Amino acid sequence: MKALVAVKRVVDYNVKVRVKADGSDVDIANVKMSMNPFDEIAVEEAVRLKEAGKISEIVVVSMGSGKCEEQIRTAMAMGADRGILVETDIDLQPLAVAKLLKAIVTKEQPQLVILGKQAIDDDSNQTGQMLAALTGMPQGTFASKVELTTEALTVTREIDGGLETVKLQLPAVVTTDLRLNEPRYVKLPNIMAAKKKPLDKTTPADLGVDAAPRLKTLKVAEPPKRSAGIKVGSVAELVAKLKNEAKVI
Amino acid sequence: MGILVIAEHDNTSIKSGTLNTVAAAGKLGGDVHLLVAGSGCAAAAQAAAKIVGVAKVLVADAAHFAHGLAENVGDLVAGLAKGYSHVLAPATTYGKNFLPRVAALLDVAQISDIIAIDSADTFVRPIYAGNVFATVQSADTIKVITVRTTAFDPAATEGGAAVVESIGAGADAGKSSFVSQELTKSDRPELAAAKIIVSGGRALGSAEQFKAVIEPLADKIGAAVGASRAAVDAGYAPNDYQVGQTGKIVAPQLYVAVGISGAIQHLAGMKDSKVIVAINKDEEAPIFQVADYGLVGDLFTIVPDLIAELSK
Repeated sequence: MKALVAVKRVVDYNVKVRVKADGSDVDIANVKMSMNPFDEIAVEEAVRLKEAGKISEIVVVSMGSGKCEEQIRTAMAMGADRGILVETDIDLQPLAVAKLLKAIVTKEQPQLVILGKQAIDDDSNQTGQMLAALTGMPQGTFASKVELTTEALTVTREIDGGLETVKLQLPAVVTTDLRLNEPRYVKLPNIMAAKKKPLDKTTPADLGVDAAPRLKTLKVAEPPKRSAGIKVGSVAELVAKLKNEAKVI
Repeated sequence: MGILVIAEHDNTSIKSGTLNTVAAAGKLGGDVHLLVAGSGCAAAAQAAAKIVGVAKVLVADAAHFAHGLAENVGDLVAGLAKGYSHVLAPATTYGKNFLPRVAALLDVAQISDIIAIDSADTFVRPIYAGNVFATVQSADTIKVITVRTTAFDPAATEGGAAVVESIGAGADAGKSSFVSQELTKSDRPELAAAKIIVSGGRALGSAEQFKAVIEPLADKIGAAVGASRAAVDAGYAPNDYQVGQTGKIVAPQLYVAVGISGAIQHLAGMKDSKVIVAINKDEEAPIFQVADYGLVGDLFTIVPDLIAELSK
């Protein structure tokens, strides 16, 4: 069984981004970029399923500038077998990514597609669901546990009140939540080996997909700052402030 | 053109996030229709009809809507959506699960987690863990939107008199099935809707101490209990207690952060709270930069003292 994993190159989660002075966009020139943390979990899950003998090949795909090759190589160092880079300068939004992924799914025919539940830059939480809709596949979103057999996939999902388990026909789409697994660190020999693994490059035009953005960003701004608070000296003072000043208890 | 809101419910009652979503829909101008898709959901539909601002309640009652599977709800909503200018759902795990399917089936973009409405096609949404607010404009004919519930005041649950209309349910997509559910039992208020939240972090040290320290304080002030990701990952609290970018987004009147350092990821989930109190032994912890009132010291002595002081 083949698995397809989608990974996104994003600003590293430790970086506090800044807005450009003209408010047109976020300034990400010269900041550290990494693989989206949820996608690391997606790659890890695919590798574990392969190690368990349930998956025979892992194809990893990323989209965007040529630099996304770094994230594909990282996924290969974690255990993915080969890569596909969809190279474009277009600002790719979730619907476009889902359409591009659909074109790749049609070509590769994976039984399982794993994505992160959301990217930590646009915080959309849409692509996996959109891909599932476009391909007619069922979806297991916010997965914290995945059990794969040859015919079906059982996914435990994190929902607002607790956990929910659903059973999906294959092929299916899974999006990962934080507690699905703990991604492994890549080792140097694996990084070297990943450099030799095959990587295909393609473009939205090659895949026959119109990837033009649908949403226009008019401006970006810093959120309003909270006014500076005070440190109180004692519990009694804290309670008095909450009762008399803030009037919240 | 009207506005379609998808109600989140448990077949007998309407979940609170629906009320905030109805209120957001009311700001767009146009008739608001509320879809209740469920199984044996007549009671939820009756409750929905009383919500102020709803003109019509559409009810799709069928066994395959019992657990809100995205494949079934997505198909239903995509079929209905063509008659509306806007389709809204709360940005809860329920809404986030099926609404992007609807958008893709309609070939339109989804606008996730909006916090403000500038006009019928322009919305504000947080990106980069809430560190940036983006104003986005949609040129699509149908705007498909999830609403950050804490950003809009809830619509009143009594006083409306909407027409209730049954609609066809369509077929079961048949690709997925519900197996089981395991809900966290709690008598405390629901986290996302609570007026006061007491949250614990890694400094609590164990699940036992989390229970012994955080819960009595929460019960004393009628608060919901939350947790940082560190506390959840360490097993001190269940997953659905997590407040943050990847957990729940809350905005209570009072948020008490106990033993939480205040990572960006956590702040994204609570920094819109009206009053923030931080109790932490590390004077340099980033949580103090957003806290209205900070108390530096050992939480294991401060929290019991706080309970005693509140009992006076």
